[in-house]
Amino acid sequence: MTYSPSPRQQERIAYRRGRAVRSVLLAAASTAVVGTLLAVGITGAPGWTRVKESFFDPDTAVEYLPAILEGLWLNLRLLVVCASLALALGLLVAVLRTLRGPVFFPVRVLATGYTYSFRGLPLIIVIYLFAFGIPGLRLQGTPDVLVLGAGAIIVTYGAYLAEVFRAGIESVHPSQIAAARSLGLSYRQAMRHVVLPQAVRRVAPPLLNDTVALQKDVGLISLAGPIDAIRAAQIGVAQEADFTPYIVAGVLFVLLALPLIAVTDGVTLRAARRQNAGN
Amino acid sequence: MLLSCKNVRKVFGDHVILDGLGLDVAEHEVVALIGASGSGKSTLLRCVNLLTEIDDGTIHLDGDEITDPQADPDVVRQRIGLVFQSYNLFPHMTVLDNITLAPVRVHKRPPAEAKAQAMQWLDRVGLAGKAGAYPDRLSGGQQQRVAIVRALVNNPRLLLLDEVTSALDPELVGEVLTMIRELKGEGMTMVLATHEMGFARQVADRVAFLDGGRVLEQGPPAQVLGDPVEARTRQFLARIIEAGRL
Repeated sequence: MTYSPSPRQQERIAYRRGRAVRSVLLAAASTAVVGTLLAVGITGAPGWTRVKESFFDPDTAVEYLPAILEGLWLNLRLLVVCASLALALGLLVAVLRTLRGPVFFPVRVLATGYTYSFRGLPLIIVIYLFAFGIPGLRLQGTPDVLVLGAGAIIVTYGAYLAEVFRAGIESVHPSQIAAARSLGLSYRQAMRHVVLPQAVRRVAPPLLNDTVALQKDVGLISLAGPIDAIRAAQIGVAQEADFTPYIVAGVLFVLLALPLIAVTDGVTLRAARRQNAGN
Repeated sequence: MLLSCKNVRKVFGDHVILDGLGLDVAEHEVVALIGASGSGKSTLLRCVNLLTEIDDGTIHLDGDEITDPQADPDVVRQRIGLVFQSYNLFPHMTVLDNITLAPVRVHKRPPAEAKAQAMQWLDRVGLAGKAGAYPDRLSGGQQQRVAIVRALVNNPRLLLLDEVTSALDPELVGEVLTMIRELKGEGMTMVLATHEMGFARQVADRVAFLDGGRVLEQGPPAQVLGDPVEARTRQFLARIIEAGRL
């Protein structure tokens, strides 16, 4: 039997189509109005010409782009190293905090104390402590300032990520552990094969979000000396008395973050869909 | 006796769930536990599987005391299968991985062999086509059958079934019950907590009525369900009949 919409349904379809066209036109009109207002507001401001010269100077941008890019390469390498190690540290600390039994009491206390203190400590202070405090001890084989600064970032972010992982571990229903244990799996095996895979999947969106934040914060390492993109831009600004290098660095940071942000959004969307699909 | 519970006591706070309960189960025997909600059916099963620690008494499996504090619970559980009311499949694993997890990780069987055995079982219960699917793609009845297979591939001496049909839509109960009947035919020793009196009557060799933390009355299904001796049993069955479940 072939189906053709009833006259009433055809009316509905026509009505909805009309509404859709109207919405598109409205959106276009409001975008045009807002865009014009913004453009007029900024370019019409009394100081616009000066701002344009000292923030958006094409020659300065081209001149300092290579140095800033070189700095950005350092940021990128730092991001990869710091993100992987901070994730590993966070996972380890989160698992340590779930251990039960008197033997693990000191481990639990240490892990808990760590997440409490390093989430409270400003990253800048940790970087100063690591990069200037540790070499001050004059120990044999003290690593490079770059390594120490990276260590400070890893230790600080590890504390945040540990809490995210812990939330994930606690969100796995106890019946899952019961099912795993009833099959003869040990606590470790249940954790490794049943709890952690589900926990990590659930907290993937917030973990990635923290990684995006980390991407910006790796730049703070320049406080300890190494020349990253921000420091390279700062040098340019000081030499030219022109803020354009900062704009260049800012745009590059956004470009660098875009793929990561896109991945985060994608993962979040998928997670939300899975949740809505029900168990 | 394959399973022997003596004087088992379990207390949650001020609430005495099991109060000196005794229950023996012979090899190849199927025992159905019936009783009101909160009568301790599920608690008893969890105690036998050592998921819950008992507060007094002893439980023996094949003559070994499994409630000995020095016994390794992981080793004990390898001899006992437990199937839950809410299936508790692992949602991040395919059906096949759910089934082969314990054989490979706990019993250290070669993955290929474990997989072949799992496929044989899935084929038997008509779910071979679902081997690569994730649990959320399966109906409740299918999930519960996978959960039973997951327990069986470890070749347990004893299978515990905790209200395995309570979460299922009525039209899906049959497929799970058929599977349990087949297992009985193969001589599997089972203890099942159930609200399905009709099923207890069909599949159980013995029905045990739990009340006040003890086995108040037990015997052949026809006697316990048809002509109970104890007044409490009669009251319980009368309520069940009222609810239209007998």
